[in-house]
Amino acid sequence: MSVTHAAAPAAEQGADTRPAPPRTTRGRRRVWGTVAFHTSAGLISALWLVPIAVVLITATRSFDDIAGHGLGSAPHSFTLGGFRQAWVDGGQQQALINSLLVSVPTVLVSLLLASMAAFALSRYDVPLRRVLLLLMLSGNLLPPQILLIPVSKLSEHLGIYDSLYALIGVQVGFGVGFYVFVLHGFMRAIPPEIQQAAVIDGAGPWQIYTRIILPLARPALAALTALAFTWIFNDLLWAITVLRSDTKMPITASLLGLQGQYVSQWNVIAAGSVIAAAPTVLVFLRFQRHFVAGLNLGAVK
Amino acid sequence: MAVLTAAGRRTSRGGRKRATRVPPVVLAFVLVPLLAEGFWVFWPALQGFYLSLTKWDGISPPQFIGLGNYREMIHDTVFHTAILDTVLWLALFGGLSAVLGLGAALLLQQERRGVGFYRAALFLPVVFSLTATALVWQAMYQPDGLINKTLSGVGLGSLTHPWLADQDTALYAVIVPALWRQIGYVMVLYLAGLKGIDPALYEAAKVDGASKWQQLRHITLPQLRSVNAVVLSVIIIDSLRSFDVVWALTRGGPYHSSELLSTYMYSTAFQSLRLGYGSALAVVIFVLAFGVIASYLVRAFKEAD
Repeated sequence: MSVTHAAAPAAEQGADTRPAPPRTTRGRRRVWGTVAFHTSAGLISALWLVPIAVVLITATRSFDDIAGHGLGSAPHSFTLGGFRQAWVDGGQQQALINSLLVSVPTVLVSLLLASMAAFALSRYDVPLRRVLLLLMLSGNLLPPQILLIPVSKLSEHLGIYDSLYALIGVQVGFGVGFYVFVLHGFMRAIPPEIQQAAVIDGAGPWQIYTRIILPLARPALAALTALAFTWIFNDLLWAITVLRSDTKMPITASLLGLQGQYVSQWNVIAAGSVIAAAPTVLVFLRFQRHFVAGLNLGAVK
Repeated sequence: MAVLTAAGRRTSRGGRKRATRVPPVVLAFVLVPLLAEGFWVFWPALQGFYLSLTKWDGISPPQFIGLGNYREMIHDTVFHTAILDTVLWLALFGGLSAVLGLGAALLLQQERRGVGFYRAALFLPVVFSLTATALVWQAMYQPDGLINKTLSGVGLGSLTHPWLADQDTALYAVIVPALWRQIGYVMVLYLAGLKGIDPALYEAAKVDGASKWQQLRHITLPQLRSVNAVVLSVIIIDSLRSFDVVWALTRGGPYHSSELLSTYMYSTAFQSLRLGYGSALAVVIFVLAFGVIASYLVRAFKEAD
């Protein structure tokens, strides 16, 4: 029902905010449409926000409160003790540092490499450039499961098993194909005249890349940065494949450790989840526009 | 093919000659990333296929056994469960996230007061890790958690349940958090697709007296065809990769009732240390994904030109 109302063209929507009470049947229908819209959208949003609210509340309750009144009851206490326990005793501080130590270099290196490849493939007649582009994309589309065992053995052979370098290496290799594909599409749209002018002025490929194409590709790079950061930060599978020591685990894996260590101490587990989600939520809030644009970059043209 | 090269060569040189004049630094720009990907992705992938034909404990050298692992799968009941659950996951998780994501996009497509808040509410879980999502929902599913509490509160106490511990409900209980996180993502893709539809089409339809339902059926849905293809590919690839949320909630249990191919592959390889059999399971996942990857690439191939 409400779907059809929402589909009404934008021209009619102005009437909703007009102060005069609508008298006609059309006007009344519009009011009902607005009410129906806000009721349905509000209910859905509440459904989506309740689990988040529950976790925030649980994280600030004391263990005795949860044990005494039950996990699903209203809070009878307020404490930040759960956060301290997760942060210090649960090792979440180290885990958060590990996550950042992996995510930041991975994003920088993979976007640097990807932008170079995308520049070359989109601006020059590199032989077989279409085949190369799709080969790189296909690497990212492979199910990671086929790579897990060989990659863990490969990092053992290189002597970097159980080190953050292994995680950075595989994250860069696995992600780069998708970023090349997206950046290629973006850079291809830059008019060739800009580049020709630079060539006439005597600029070489390196100068064209750093001074012209990279600055022009900034919107796409910003979007991919926001997106890649959340993907890498949120990864669990690669981390538990190439890492072993608890002290090296990123925050996702550490959260699972917390779950095992603090069974039924829901205030600590909830606090841990909040800590693990905070950085990506911050990135999202700060770069919301870029983030959403990034999701659409590779998908919708 | 009409891309002008940096040197601006517009003279009538042959294609071959032009290709040879790409500066070496530009070739390096392609080769370095390609080597990185080859080293960490393509070379391991080839090894993965080979390992699927071996019996290997990870310590002594792999022993070639041909199709032995695949023959074993035929009689492996856990594998059967994992295949069935994966198909169920594809249908339920994939189908529902596409339909509900489209529904949310249709509901929230119009710019009106408050719509930004609703969109943000649906989108917020997308930025959480699936691990954190899983733990959030584990708290909801606890015997004394909010879900059971609410059920008793509204007089449906007979429905309360140890959701994750019951073989009959574990898989569905795991799908819900996955959906909670995925729907906002699909919604964003559809919102962008809806924005791209020419409003003149709706104007014309209204002049012809088309109802809202007819407009949806004959304009919106056909116009979304290219987005549908992307959403479908994303969902299928995501479904086959799905691991985090199941691993964090149930690890495939109880009694393999929520086992997916991906979780079974992981536990076989890294917990039972049957690396050959694990590789064969990974190849099965690859084969299932391959059709999707191939059709996605065909689409990308057309666009890339």
